[in-house]
Amino acid sequence: MPIPVVSAASAALAHVPGLCRHGSKPSRELPKNPEVQAQFLASLRTFEQAVAYGPHQAYLGAIHPRDLPERPWVGAAPNGEGRFAGVGELMPEDEFLGLLAAVDDFGLVRLGAPEAAAIGERLARHPLGAHFDLEKVAAAAGDAEAVAAEPGALPLHLGADRLAAAVRRAHESDAALTADVFLENLAGKASATLALLRVLADNGIDPASIDYVIGSGEEAIGDRYQRGGGNLGKSVAAAAGCVNASGCDVKNFCAAPVPALVIASSLVAAGVFQRVAVVAGGSLPKVGMKFQGHLKHDLPVLEDVLGASALIVEADDGRSPRVRLDSVGRHPVAAGSSNPKIMEALAFAPLDRLGMSSTDVDDYATELHNPEITEPQGSGNVPERNYKTIAALALRRGDIGRADMGDFVETRGMPGFAPTQGHIASALCYVPHARARLMDGGAQRVQLIAKGSLFLGRMSEQSDGMSVLLESNDEAEG
Amino acid sequence: MFESKQVIVLGERDGIAGPAIAACVKSAGGHVEYTSTECFV
Repeated sequence: MPIPVVSAASAALAHVPGLCRHGSKPSRELPKNPEVQAQFLASLRTFEQAVAYGPHQAYLGAIHPRDLPERPWVGAAPNGEGRFAGVGELMPEDEFLGLLAAVDDFGLVRLGAPEAAAIGERLARHPLGAHFDLEKVAAAAGDAEAVAAEPGALPLHLGADRLAAAVRRAHESDAALTADVFLENLAGKASATLALLRVLADNGIDPASIDYVIGSGEEAIGDRYQRGGGNLGKSVAAAAGCVNASGCDVKNFCAAPVPALVIASSLVAAGVFQRVAVVAGGSLPKVGMKFQGHLKHDLPVLEDVLGASALIVEADDGRSPRVRLDSVGRHPVAAGSSNPKIMEALAFAPLDRLGMSSTDVDDYATELHNPEITEPQGSGNVPERNYKTIAALALRRGDIGRADMGDFVETRGMPGFAPTQGHIASALCYVPHARARLMDGGAQRVQLIAKGSLFLGRMSEQSDGMSVLLESNDEAEG
Repeated sequence: MFESKQVIVLGERDGIAGPAIAACVKSAGGHVEYTSTECFV
């Protein structure tokens, strides 16, 4: 049976301050109060500020999260990295508007004529320019203001006030195809496509060699007859030129990427497919979600990027980290919803099964939301809470002593660094770092732990989650 | 302590889930009108 490995991984961010007003919270709150709207628009970051932001560089893989400086990260000196860093890039929003048009198969995005020409030129010079559908970008040129004034259309801005594009609704009466829903889905597709193109190009992988693309983002595409029934995975495959690929989506709220990785690995192990991509695009509804807390604390609107990831799973190449399918942890119904019970099921039950101690895991990658984003809104420090729970359970098992708890959290945990788009933050963001550490000898095992708030869909009081170990190829050999 | 009280329960994903709070309220004599767990991140 082939042993699956994660042979490549990428990360991409799109800086979208102009789109922040279309996030779920801002789109509901800003129209109520012109003063708040003005403050919001005056608090958007520049592209240079977004590039210099340490957590963004950590997300791209240019700096390990444990090497981030002490907070505050807002206003800290840049580390010298640019927009292309680590295993990815941070794309500016004019190029991202162009990318929206490039992956828009139905011609619903209209770019202002001057913007379309400039954006087309910039995308043509982009390292992935040969893979972008620049004809679609050119065809999208037109009168953005006129389109924005059409019934049901949305204006798209660059920064605070420059109307540069517009998006039409995809149906005149289908609530699943309104302009705002379509824009969410298209933003997820565009950012996931960017991440997939990058992982293919940077690793010399022929797009035609991909058999299957699994979408694991939060967007659930569909129409009014099957809301959420769609397949963004194959849409991304098509946009990235994976001509031999099919695909599907795995949905599980924020937890979806880890089940998607496990399913991809299982397909490879079973010999069903040879090369599978797992992709996740950014979540536009989450952008600007905690802006009120940021403005209250005189911070910029920090949720101004879309996060995306892509990774490749294939049979053992003798060097890439192995996916231990015998280590999969699941959150069974009977475990209930308390955080310690969930962590017992996800982090420790698999280790018990394998006869391992919690100290056999070098890095725990759990929900890695950036606390600088969550704390001002009163949502606390999510990764710190998780690491304290894991350390407390390790203490209770006798794996560590009480005096070791702080060191356990510090050396096996890490500060949160991911944008607050839950599926991106839920362990997926750490895969590039895990690969680096597992391949350079820095770590032997990394546990990915994802949790999802199933109860939000009001079908169950349950939550869910999944975990899996990545292990260095050297360790597996030994 | 909750006898004759009507209670709305809001749990938190990383803290105490709604059903756990509701169980405590019921055991203390309260009547739970509504329970939910929310995600604030």
